[in-house]
Amino acid sequence: MSAASTQIEVTRDEVEDLMFLEAELLDEWRLKEWLELFTEDAHYYVPATDVGPDASPDTSLFYVADDRFRLEQRVERLLKRTAHAEYPRSKTRHLVSNVRIRGRTGDELDVGAAVLTYRTKGGLTETYIGSYRYRIEVSDKGLRIREKRCVLDMDGLRPNGRISIIL
Amino acid sequence: MNAMANQPNILLDSERHLFKVARRSFVDPQILNAERTHIFDRCWLYLGHSSELAKAGDFVTRSVGKRSILFTRDVKNKINAFLNSCPHRGAQVCRESKGNAKSFQCFYHGWVFGADGGLRSQPGQECYDADFNKNGDANLVPVPRLESYRDFWFICFDRNVQPLADYLGNAKAWIDIVCDQSEAGMTIVGGTQEYTIRANWKLLTENSIDGYHAMNTHATYVDYLKNSSGSMSAVPFEGVGYDLGNGHAVIEYRAPWGRPVAQWIPAWGEDGKREMAAIYARLVERFGTAHADRIATSNRNLFIFPNLVINDIMAITVRTYYPMAPNEMHVSGWALAPQDEGAWARKYRLLNFLEFLGPGGFATPDDVEALEQCQRGFENLMEAPWSDISKGMNKAVPSYDDEVQMRAFWSHWDKCLQSGVTA
Ligand code: FES
Ligand SMILES: [Fe+2]
Repeated sequence: MSAASTQIEVTRDEVEDLMFLEAELLDEWRLKEWLELFTEDAHYYVPATDVGPDASPDTSLFYVADDRFRLEQRVERLLKRTAHAEYPRSKTRHLVSNVRIRGRTGDELDVGAAVLTYRTKGGLTETYIGSYRYRIEVSDKGLRIREKRCVLDMDGLRPNGRISIIL
Repeated sequence: MNAMANQPNILLDSERHLFKVARRSFVDPQILNAERTHIFDRCWLYLGHSSELAKAGDFVTRSVGKRSILFTRDVKNKINAFLNSCPHRGAQVCRESKGNAKSFQCFYHGWVFGADGGLRSQPGQECYDADFNKNGDANLVPVPRLESYRDFWFICFDRNVQPLADYLGNAKAWIDIVCDQSEAGMTIVGGTQEYTIRANWKLLTENSIDGYHAMNTHATYVDYLKNSSGSMSAVPFEGVGYDLGNGHAVIEYRAPWGRPVAQWIPAWGEDGKREMAAIYARLVERFGTAHADRIATSNRNLFIFPNLVINDIMAITVRTYYPMAPNEMHVSGWALAPQDEGAWARKYRLLNFLEFLGPGGFATPDDVEALEQCQRGFENLMEAPWSDISKGMNKAVPSYDDEVQMRAFWSHWDKCLQSGVTA
């Protein structure tokens, strides 16, 4: 963290721009570009719904707990024809709302939001309801995601059967 | 039922080594009704694990065999299972999925029960006779049978069922291999994976013990292992499938992935190597080299009839599933681990679990897709009525990627339903 980056002012508009861009890249299946929104040490989490929003993947079972390497591998996988769960690819729409900067520590923003994601495949539409918590790095290169956590407001995944898209 | 008596669900031709299952079995509501009566109401069903009720007062509610069950550890440390329905006028007494409580109060009229099921008080007690609950009528109703094996608790709605130990039969030795990993006992790690698959429940039985599909269905997982430097040992896939009797079955095989007990992979580094070596050395002390090798380096997909899976692979998952309809099942999955393993091993175990297992992993979503595609394929059953489960019938010792373990399930399933036909 440079002294300069801690002084850069960030508005909610800028944070929203990042999140809306993220949603658009996911929905257009531009997953390689989506990855570029993340830092080199990024993490992406979807906890189980009975462990609390702040649970650690070191001690509790999650649905998804990716470090940067595994996140890249997830993208590689999803872009393959042999990712059968997503072949032919589903249509998705991430609706991101209620964005709020909850706090800031040095070069890092703590951001919360609400998210509703629709996934349609084979004549069936599934809904994933939840909240996002982001840790966003502020630097002179702009905003990048250091951690994304999607906490589902659901009883498990039911009525859904999988998280084969990125939430 | 008449239709079933006339038309076989299974075609077996021992001479030509053919085994076929009628696809009707996956779609017919009458067959699901027969399964409820002759399987789910008669077999031992998995309820939960002792570690989920670690302290006196701990409780879990869970749906098992279409009943809502309250699973408790009472003040005397006794484990109980009750039908979660108020003896007064029927409301669900406990509405939380887990917790710790001294007593349970039904919110409707306020009857209070202990964790041992006993009625403690009811508002307006003076309006009932003094010996109102003399014969225990007003206590929570216990499940007809509750027994455990190595901390796995099972219930049965048939009071006359054989003891759990006899029912498990040959499968006990395989549960032992999993549990012997730990001297302190095994534990369910916090966090439940709950999901719905739009497919018949028996498809998940087949899939959970299917060594045949891995290379195709899980091609991207194998790619992932190859891409991650050091995520594979030099071990090839090879192994055997067994029919354990009573509908239980298992495949046991070697595989190149890392096992937290205890097959090291380079990705785990020197710390991991030391940890694995220590775990392995202790197993050798306890069991000798041959058995220690088996515990540490062989993988097991163990199926307990009718719907419990304990897969001891790159991590251990315990999984159970119930039909909601012929074309829909609810799945619950947990992670099982040695209670006494260190923070390092626990962390890598969970990492390993998620890369393959569960509906957010690199493999299970493709299984879900496969099962749902089968269910869709069954729409054509009038013209395409049979599934083939013959692989390996022409061998003396079927391999882990043959289908003997599925035939074990289907044969027993058929026997259970036949018992209903003739009764
Ligand atoms: S139904 Fe439970 S107290 Fe009346
Ligand atoms: Fe699979």
